[in-house]
Amino acid sequence: MSIPTDLKYTKSHEWVKTEANGTVSVGITHHAQELLGDMVFIELPQVGDTFAQKQECAVAESVKAAADVYAPVSGEVVEINSPLVDNPENINQDAFGSWLFKLKPSNPSELDGLLDAAGYQEVLDSEDH
Amino acid sequence: MLKKTPLNQTHREMNAKMVDFGGWDMPLHYGSQLEEHHKVRQDAGMFDVSHMLPIDIKGENTRDFLRRLVANNVDKLTIPGKALYTCMLTPQGGVIDDLIVYFLSESWFRIVVNAGTADKDVAWILKQRETLAPDLEITPRRDLAMVAVQGPNARTKVWQVIPESKAVTEALKLFQSATINHFFIARTGYTGEDGFEIILPAEEAPAFWKALHAAGVAPAGLGARDTLRLEAGMNLYGQDMDESTSPMESGLAWTVDLKSERDFIGKQALLDSKVSQQLVGLVLQDRGVLRSHQKVTAQHDGQEFEGEITSGGFSPTINQSIALARIASEISPDDEVNVLVRDKKLRVKVVKYPFVRNGNVLI
Repeated sequence: MSIPTDLKYTKSHEWVKTEANGTVSVGITHHAQELLGDMVFIELPQVGDTFAQKQECAVAESVKAAADVYAPVSGEVVEINSPLVDNPENINQDAFGSWLFKLKPSNPSELDGLLDAAGYQEVLDSEDH
Repeated sequence: MLKKTPLNQTHREMNAKMVDFGGWDMPLHYGSQLEEHHKVRQDAGMFDVSHMLPIDIKGENTRDFLRRLVANNVDKLTIPGKALYTCMLTPQGGVIDDLIVYFLSESWFRIVVNAGTADKDVAWILKQRETLAPDLEITPRRDLAMVAVQGPNARTKVWQVIPESKAVTEALKLFQSATINHFFIARTGYTGEDGFEIILPAEEAPAFWKALHAAGVAPAGLGARDTLRLEAGMNLYGQDMDESTSPMESGLAWTVDLKSERDFIGKQALLDSKVSQQLVGLVLQDRGVLRSHQKVTAQHDGQEFEGEITSGGFSPTINQSIALARIASEISPDDEVNVLVRDKKLRVKVVKYPFVRNGNVLI
């Protein structure tokens, strides 16, 4: 599966999409869901929670293991994808289409430090070795 | 260098996701662990269990040797082909391994031990032979492969593939086995479903596996094996029991024979010990997933007790998280119990396991 070029990425396998209103949608990458396997439980943050960059803010659990999801940038949670809680398998089917939560960045310059698709591909390539 | 079973190449041809499992290169799944799980519960699936080790014990005194070596009583094995589930214990009563003993003839018993403990088991058995029965011939059978075919339609599909086996295996009861041509076929398994475990020459395993696949048996990996066995309430060596726990604290008291006069290694320690812990089943009432080593807290008669999950996970059949946990013997299904998951106290219900048997949810 190719890595979408309109998104930004973290080394910890989150994807980030900047929305028109300046908020960012956050999900976990196709690679991450592939590593985890069948997803059975998602724990989302609450609207109004604030997180620092790289702070744990959600949990994705597959049949196999639990994985923390980290805030790709600092900010406040402005929306969560509640229907995903009842259908965590959507992440397996379409990881890049299944956002977990939206953040209002408190320091938008942090976005510039995230990886682009090519940079994320390099991370994946290096993990293979 | 990872160890490989005779089916390693076949797994790769079937696009298995391979993982390092205790030094063995084994299939985790072939696409979806959940689909494989459901296939076994509803139809038929197959597992490569060739990493486990059959050990043949031959000689006139084999039964006497086993009377001393294992905690269950091999005198229950009177009909050739009959199998017995048991533990092999340390003198202190700890579990060296759990295993199945097959009675083939008075001068030939076969035991099948776990993969991760195989080397330790062989060393222990050889050491016991020195003092108990030096004439016995003990042969680890790495030349054999093992395939478990499990599910409500498993036996029918095996008969499609080995038609000549039907006549001799149709009447087999649970925990009985028969030999036909190169196939040693036992009506045993680790999923809570009907089925066979088949031991055959390593070189024949790939063709047999492919024939089963052509007959509609789904390849299933270690992932599904673990969720199925947990639902079936079957203990996993290294998690639910080990050398630091006795079978009495691991839900395996039913496999220990203390009634007969027979003395076995570990018996005195079991008689001298006070059993203060038990293995119970847990069903999570809140959202989340129970995992091994999570802490269990319970209240009984105003007293606080602590325990630990030994095996936990998501149950695909029940669609809730379940677990086995070791906790004080005082705790019963009526008590208030919690599990600590990432600093949150989640509510769990204490139940008797198994959770699922023959496709039916029992809790």
